This record gives sequence, structure tokens and C-alpha cells, in this order.
Amino acid sequence: MEQLVSHLPPHWRAVVSETGFRGPYVPTQPPGAPTVCAPRFARADGAAEGSEPGHITDVLDRWSADLGILCCDYAVEGIRNPDAAAALATAVNDWLLETWLPADDRFRASIVLPIAQPEAAAAEIDRLAGHPRVVQALLPVRSAAPYGDRRYLPVFEAAARAGLAIGLRWGGNPGNPPTGTGWPSYFAEEHAGMPAVYQTQLLSLIAEGVFERFDDLRLALLGSGFSWLPPFVWRLDKEWRGMRREVPWVSRPPSRLIAEHVRIALQPIDAPATELGAVLDELPADDLLMFCTDHPRWQFDADEDALPDAIPEPRRARIADANARAFYRLP
Amino acid sequence: MTVEAPRGSNADARPARAAIVDADIHNTWPEPAALDLYLPARWRRLRAQLGERIHAGAQYPRLNPAAARTDAWPPGGGLPGSSLELMREQLLDRWSVEHGILNPLLEAGELLNLEYGAAFARAINDWQVAEWLEPEPRLRASITVPYEDAQLAVAEVERLTDDRRFVQVLLASRTLEPLGRRRYWPLYAAAEAADLPIGIHFGGAGGFPTTAAGLPSFYFEEHAGMATAFQDQLTSLVFEGVFERFPKLRVVLVEGGFAWLLPLMWRLDRTWRMLGDELPHVTRPPSQVIRERVYLTTQPIEEPPHPEFLARLLDRMDMDDRLLFATDYPHWDFDAPDRALPAGLGGARRDRMLRGNARALYRFG
Repeated sequence: MEQLVSHLPPHWRAVVSETGFRGPYVPTQPPGAPTVCAPRFARADGAAEGSEPGHITDVLDRWSADLGILCCDYAVEGIRNPDAAAALATAVNDWLLETWLPADDRFRASIVLPIAQPEAAAAEIDRLAGHPRVVQALLPVRSAAPYGDRRYLPVFEAAARAGLAIGLRWGGNPGNPPTGTGWPSYFAEEHAGMPAVYQTQLLSLIAEGVFERFDDLRLALLGSGFSWLPPFVWRLDKEWRGMRREVPWVSRPPSRLIAEHVRIALQPIDAPATELGAVLDELPADDLLMFCTDHPRWQFDADEDALPDAIPEPRRARIADANARAFYRLP
Repeated sequence: MTVEAPRGSNADARPARAAIVDADIHNTWPEPAALDLYLPARWRRLRAQLGERIHAGAQYPRLNPAAARTDAWPPGGGLPGSSLELMREQLLDRWSVEHGILNPLLEAGELLNLEYGAAFARAINDWQVAEWLEPEPRLRASITVPYEDAQLAVAEVERLTDDRRFVQVLLASRTLEPLGRRRYWPLYAAAEAADLPIGIHFGGAGGFPTTAAGLPSFYFEEHAGMATAFQDQLTSLVFEGVFERFPKLRVVLVEGGFAWLLPLMWRLDRTWRMLGDELPHVTRPPSQVIRERVYLTTQPIEEPPHPEFLARLLDRMDMDDRLLFATDYPHWDFDAPDRALPAGLGGARRDRMLRGNARALYRFG
């Protein structure tokens, strides 16, 4: 909050100073969890890894990356006060653009949105549309309603208009439980259960015809894993054949819509090494995956596992570079 | 009690084919009032006044009336699945079903008035005995229980334990809390003591939105998304240590397909490796626990673009002895025994799925 205060308008600056408001509490990202910051990335200086631009510059150097997309998952969706949520989203985005982007030419930004109010979220996209280094708007994968729901149309419309990809990020704090069957006891359940939420969102966006409506819409799944995708797509294509009468605007098999509109960040590689070949084989498109480190999350134990040898060329080279460049329309 | 080999009314008309076990059949009343016969007067009165009060958040126009096959409406009237005679003709005789398991989806476990739910569950079970199990020896049934109250649910399991035609305790894929939570443990203890598997059938509503992302708009999403709640329930059962705490408990996931399980097993193993500190009661890799203790019915079966993907998935999943063929009669997405399983599975594997696995699980002689 100390860093954000100067980006807030006077009213909210006063609220912060008078009430001690600290911003959203985020139970889905406990800072001490090994999955949130891998033990091997813990900093000797005590700072949270990833809390300063220099930390990320080091990551880009280590990977010889031409470009790196910042995904700050500040959980504005957890703030119920609609004005506070909108002010915080704007402050986070301005902070990112003003203090992070100048620090390294390779940085590209994702913006956060006050998604509980779709009109305000669309306005935030409009405000930053045209910024040459903003490439994506982030939505938490957990939500109060599935993102295909018509209430969210203005957000997708604004993203399509601005040429921004929508990135579904891990977690979220919308108030309803992280499963369709109530609140689980353990963080481990939320961790293991997150792919099911991505499945729900993908299904909703397909069923509601959002990809048909916005032909240009590009959707990135960030942190979802991908080994669940083949069986899920088998299910969707079959059900679409049997049930398309209910959703007649879905003009193509779900597998085709996914191949055309969706890309997935490579990490976590959620299949054992011996199974990876079969999973890649069964994905609905060859160029579906985009390299990422998901730094500082614990996604792999050694750097060489970030892009495993088990992925054959030329797919490997495309994952490392071309797929993300095409998807995010990067130079 | 022991039940002799089945002989239905149309036994002579049965085509000569190997017998199968159908692990998921949905019988129902011809009209709701038919259950009144089995309800005490107080609950009959209340039912007439208030109907069935449940969480009813996910309502959609569906594709077919009663979500049924169009040919499954009994000519004499009543709902699909309400006529034993038609069930014999279209299912038991037609497909040489040696044993079929009745899972009535009549929402007793969802009733908000728990005492009413207990009376309703008793009525359903008594109705099953009188109108289905007595006249048709090929049929077996799941015990309907008011699962949101462990004490009442346990009492119903214990009441019926001695009738071995009841072969399973029936829960739903969406409940008030994830099924691994402590409130459900007494029910698992009772099921284990009675040597009955727990069957978790697709559906139900615990009062929260039906997905982690709220309520979807279409039945297509409800149906195509069926596996999400199963994934959550299985994750809960494994990570709460239910299988360690109840070492003989067996769980059957009914009407969720099965292809989603392999990536979930990888995911659970990975999470357990990274976050195991939180789960000291989970003593073995989740995939091992699941392979030993979890069964799945096949319907509605996944259909990959290349049928060999499914055979390859089964090779990798290594749970050939855990898959149970089911038709879902009389519902619209019926899987036919001769067509649902793709070619190339191999004869021994088909045999196990069509009959052997269910015979072993449910102790059919």
C-alpha cells in the first residue's frame, strides 16, 4: 500500500491514512506458501522475490529473454467497496506503468481490473487502450459468475476494441467458494482444484458464444496447467454435438474455438515427464503453449526443467518464442 | 439374503449375448404422489402443503422432457423409469442385464428440513423394496440417505444393512461441504461397517453456486461440466485422509465419465509433493490411494477424436479393474452396451468393464 498511495486520488489517500486500510487480503496466495515463492528463490536480503523491477530484470537476463510479460495479480476483486476497488485497480496499473515499465525496456504489462463492476472494468481498459506496452488484461479465474455471462460482455468488448488479450490468472477472491461443492479445508485442495475452475470458465466462454461474438478475442490461461485439456475437450466436443441446439450460436466444435482463440502458459507442466509426449500429442492445436517461468512460483525444480527436452523440435522453438509473439502481437 | 440368478418376465425373448452389469439405472415414481403410500401421515400433509424444499439454484430448460430417451415414456402413462415392465423390455432383457443398480434421483438428501429428508429417504428405500427389488430379482439398489445429517443418514444405512439387495450408499457430486469434511465421516464409518461402497452420483446442490465461478447459464454447461464437481469431491476425500481413516471404504463416482481422472491424479501427486506439510494424514501418493479405492462408471463416456486415444488413456491410467459399465437408462444420454465402448479396447478389458469389475465390487456371486 505504501507504494500505491501516491497513485490514489486524495479521497482514497485520506481513507488509507485515517483507517489503516491495507488493501486486499488474499487467502489464495499466502506469501509463505512454497507454491507462491519457491524456496530456492527466497532472497537473502529478506525482500519478497519479485517485489522490485531488478528482480525481474535478473530473471529475463537468466533466460536471455527478449521480452517479459508482467502479471501482477493484485486481488482488487476481493474489495467489496466498488469505488475502492476501481481506485485501487487504477492505482495498481499506474504504479506498474510508471515505476516498472521504465525500469527495463523488455517489460510488457498486464493490467488489473475491478471485475465486480464490468462497466468500471471496461472503462479501465479504455483508459489504457493504446498504451504500446500494455498487452493483456488479467482476470482472476475464480469469479462470482462465469465470464461468459452477459454481464461481462462490456469487458470483452473493450478488450477486443483495445486489442488486448485477456489473461485468466490463478486464484481470485470473489466471495463464493472455490468449488461447486462448498469450502474445502486445505490450501492444497484449492491448489489442486484450480484447473477445474479454468475448465468452468473455458466452457462458459464457449457456451455463451463470446469467441463468436468477438472474433478477435484472445484468451490466455495462466497457471492452469494443460494436461487436463485433452479429456476436457473430448467431453466438450461430444456434448456440443449432442446439445448444440441449446447454444446454436456456437458454430464450431469447442476444440476448434480453443485452437483459434486460446493459448496456455507452459508452466506448470502438470504431467510427469514420461507422459508429456502423449499429452502434447492430444492437445487440440500444435501452437497452444507459450513459454513462461511463472517466477517466483514453484513450478519446476531446476532451470532446465522450464522447457524440458521431452518437448521435441520444432514445437519446442515455437513454445519458446513464436507462439507468444503471435498471440500477444509482440515485435 | 441371497438372490438367485435373474429371470425377468421376457426372459425367453432375450437375445443370446453375454450378460452385463449396469451400474447406473434411474427408476422413479410414475407421479410424485406414488411415494405418499410410504410416507407417514404428518409428512404427507407437509408435502402437500410445501412440496420439496431444496436448493434449486441451477434450473435450465433441458433438451428432452424428463431428460429421458424419447422412447422411454411408458405407454400406460407415468414418467420414464417408472415402469418396471418397460425397463425389463428396453434394458434388462434387451441387453441381458444380469444385475442392474437402481439409483433413484429423488433429492431426499437435498431437503432442507432434515427430519423430512430422513422420512423421505426411508420412504424411497421402502418403495424400492416393494416395487422394484421384490418383483425383479435382477435389480439391486443404492440406499438413499439424508446425507447432510450424519446421524440420520447412519440410522438409515443401519436400518437396511441386513437387506443385501442394497449394495451401495448414494450421495451426490454437489453437497453442502466437500465430502471429505468431518461432518460426513460417521456415514463412511457406517458404510465401511456394512461393507457397502459409497456411490457419488452427478448432481445435487448444497446451496452454493454449482461451480467455483458461479452459476452457468446453460444446461450444456451443467452437463459438459459434470466432471468439475467430481474432481473437487475426489480431491477432498483424498486430501482429508478419508481413505486412510476408513481403510476398507470404497468410493464409486457415478455418471461423470472417467478420462479426466488421469491428469487429476498427476495434479494431486504434484500438489501433495509440494504442499504435503499441510496434509500429514495423507501418507501415500494420492494416485496410489485412488487406484486402490476409487471406482468409476463409464457413462457418459468420453469420445476422443481418435478412438485409440481412449485405449491409450486406459493403458496409462492402469485402472482397468475399477471401471464399471453403466447405461444411465432411461436418460437421453444412454450408453448402449454394444456401442459405447470404443473398438480396440481388447476383449479382456471389455469383459471387466461390462461385468467383471462390478461383480467383484458389489460382491455379486
